[in-house]
Amino acid sequence: MPAKAYPEKQVCITGVGQSAVGRPSSQSALRLTVDACLTAIADAGLSISDIDGFTTYLGYSPDGGGISPVGAPEAMLALGLQPTWIGASTEGHAHMGAIIGAIQAIASGLCRHVLIFRTVAQASARAKTWHAAVLGGGPEKGAPARGGNAWTVPFNAFSPANIYALYAQAYFAKYGATSEQLGAIAVNSRRMAALNPNAIYRNPLTIEEYLSSRMISSPLRIYDCDTHIDGSTAILLSHRDCARDLARPPIEIEAMGMAIGAFGFGWHGGDFTSMPSDRAGAMMWSRTDLKPADVDVAQIYDGFSILTLLWLESLGFCGRGEAAAFVEGGARIGLDGELPLNTSGGQLSAGRFHGYGHTYEACLQLWGRAGERQVRDARVCAVSNGGFGYGALLLKRS
Amino acid sequence: MTETSHAPSRQLPAVEKETLSFWTAGAEGRLQICRCEGCGRYLHPPLPRCPDCGGDTSPSTVSGRARVATFTVNHQPWVPGLAVPFVFAAVELVEQPELYVFTNIIGCPVDDVRIGMAVKVAFEQHGDIFLPMFQPLGAADAS
Repeated sequence: MPAKAYPEKQVCITGVGQSAVGRPSSQSALRLTVDACLTAIADAGLSISDIDGFTTYLGYSPDGGGISPVGAPEAMLALGLQPTWIGASTEGHAHMGAIIGAIQAIASGLCRHVLIFRTVAQASARAKTWHAAVLGGGPEKGAPARGGNAWTVPFNAFSPANIYALYAQAYFAKYGATSEQLGAIAVNSRRMAALNPNAIYRNPLTIEEYLSSRMISSPLRIYDCDTHIDGSTAILLSHRDCARDLARPPIEIEAMGMAIGAFGFGWHGGDFTSMPSDRAGAMMWSRTDLKPADVDVAQIYDGFSILTLLWLESLGFCGRGEAAAFVEGGARIGLDGELPLNTSGGQLSAGRFHGYGHTYEACLQLWGRAGERQVRDARVCAVSNGGFGYGALLLKRS
Repeated sequence: MTETSHAPSRQLPAVEKETLSFWTAGAEGRLQICRCEGCGRYLHPPLPRCPDCGGDTSPSTVSGRARVATFTVNHQPWVPGLAVPFVFAAVELVEQPELYVFTNIIGCPVDDVRIGMAVKVAFEQHGDIFLPMFQPLGAADAS
C-alpha cells in the first residue's frame, strides 16, 4: 500500500475538549463526559447532528475503582447522538485503541466524524473506599484474584506500582540509572503543570523534595505514580475531505503504531527493561519519512515515571538504556529543551486522564493554544499511551 | 521443599483448570509448571497450547530453584493490616531463561535481597492453595 493510502493519512483531528479536573469532582462522571464532548464538537465548529461515529476507551466497567464509569450508550443518550458507527473495546492497543479504531472506521467510509471520549472517576471512587485503590478489591471483598491479578495480588502486589517497580529496579540495575535521574520526570511534570490551569498539582517540586519523598514500592516514590482524578477528555476525528472547512486547521495523523503484550495476563518477556512498546514505536516510524529528530514536542505516557523512560527508548528518542541520562537535570525535556516533554504536566501532575490527556495536549501544542506552556513553533508532536497495551501517534500541524 | 506456614490473610487466586496444579501441588511439596509435551518448553502463566510448536501442555514438576530476576520492596500498606515492608519479586526458574514466577522473597531481611540472588521455593498454605514463596538458597527451611 502506498503511504498516502494509509488509513491514518485519511483522517485528521479537528477538535478537542476536556472537562474541569477534580480530585474529586463535584460533578457526575456523565456530566464531565458531556462537558468534554460538547467542547470538542464546538471546537471543530461542528454540530451534534454531524457526528456519525462514537467510541470510547474502555467502555463501561462495573469495577468500583472508577476506571471507566461511563459507557458509550449513556453518553450517546445524554448527547443526543445517533451515530452510524459505534466502537468500544477494553482490549486492543490500550488507551489509544479507540482512536485507532476510529481511524479505521473513518478510512473505510463507515463514518466521517468520530467523537471519542475517555472518562475516569478514580478520585471519587477512592474518596469512598480504600477498596477502590487496590487491584482485585482487597482480601475483605472475599472474591478471589482473577486473570492477571491472580499472579500478583496473592503476593500482596495490590497496585500496578508494584509491577512497574520491578521494571524500574531491573532498569536501574542493568544501566546504572539513579533515583535522581528518574526523578527528573516528576520534577519536569510539575514544572509544566504550574503553567497549566487545568492541572491538579501546580505547586513546585524540587529534585531534593522528590528524593526525600515517601517510597511506595522501591525504587518508585509517591511522585513516580500518577494522580487519580475525575475528568473526561474528548477527541474529534474527521475524514480529511471533511476537515478542511472546519473551525481549526486540521491536525494530520502522520503515522500510528500499535502493539499488545500479555502483561495483563501475567506474562513478561525479556529482562524487565523494555516493553512491547518497542514494536509500536517501530511501526510508527515505519509509516513516515519523518525521524525522531523532526519531533518538536512529545507527550509520552507517564502512568508511572519509569514508563516514560521505557517509551522514550521505544520511540527512538534515546538509545537503549540511555533515557535516564537523557532526562537527567531536566534541561533536554524542558520547554526550551531539545524535546519538551509532557507539557501539560502529564498524568503525574496534571492528572490521570488516562492517555487522552496526552493526545489532548498534543493538539493544543500543534494549534498554538497551550498558553504559557506553548512550545515555540511546534509542528510535529509524538504521543504514546500505555503500559499493558501500546499505542503511538505522530501528529503534524497542516 | 514442603515447608508451610500459617500466614496472614491474603486475597487468594481463583483456581482455574490450567492453574490448578500450580496453586495446589505444593501440598505434595512440588512446584509444578505448565510444559509443552512436544518441545518441552515451560510456559508460565499456563497455556493450553504451546505458542512455539502448537503442542499440548501438561503440568511438570520443576526443581523449585530460581534466581531473583528483579524485585521491589513494597512500603505502601495498600489494604488495612498489610505488614510492610515486604519484597515482591519476579524470580527466574533455573529450568529455562525468562521463565518468571511472581512471588514474595521471605526468610531474609528485605534489604538483603539482590538481583541475581539464588532462591528456592517454600510454600505457604492457605487451605487447598499453596502459594509458592521463595527464600534464599542457603536459608534454613522455615516451618
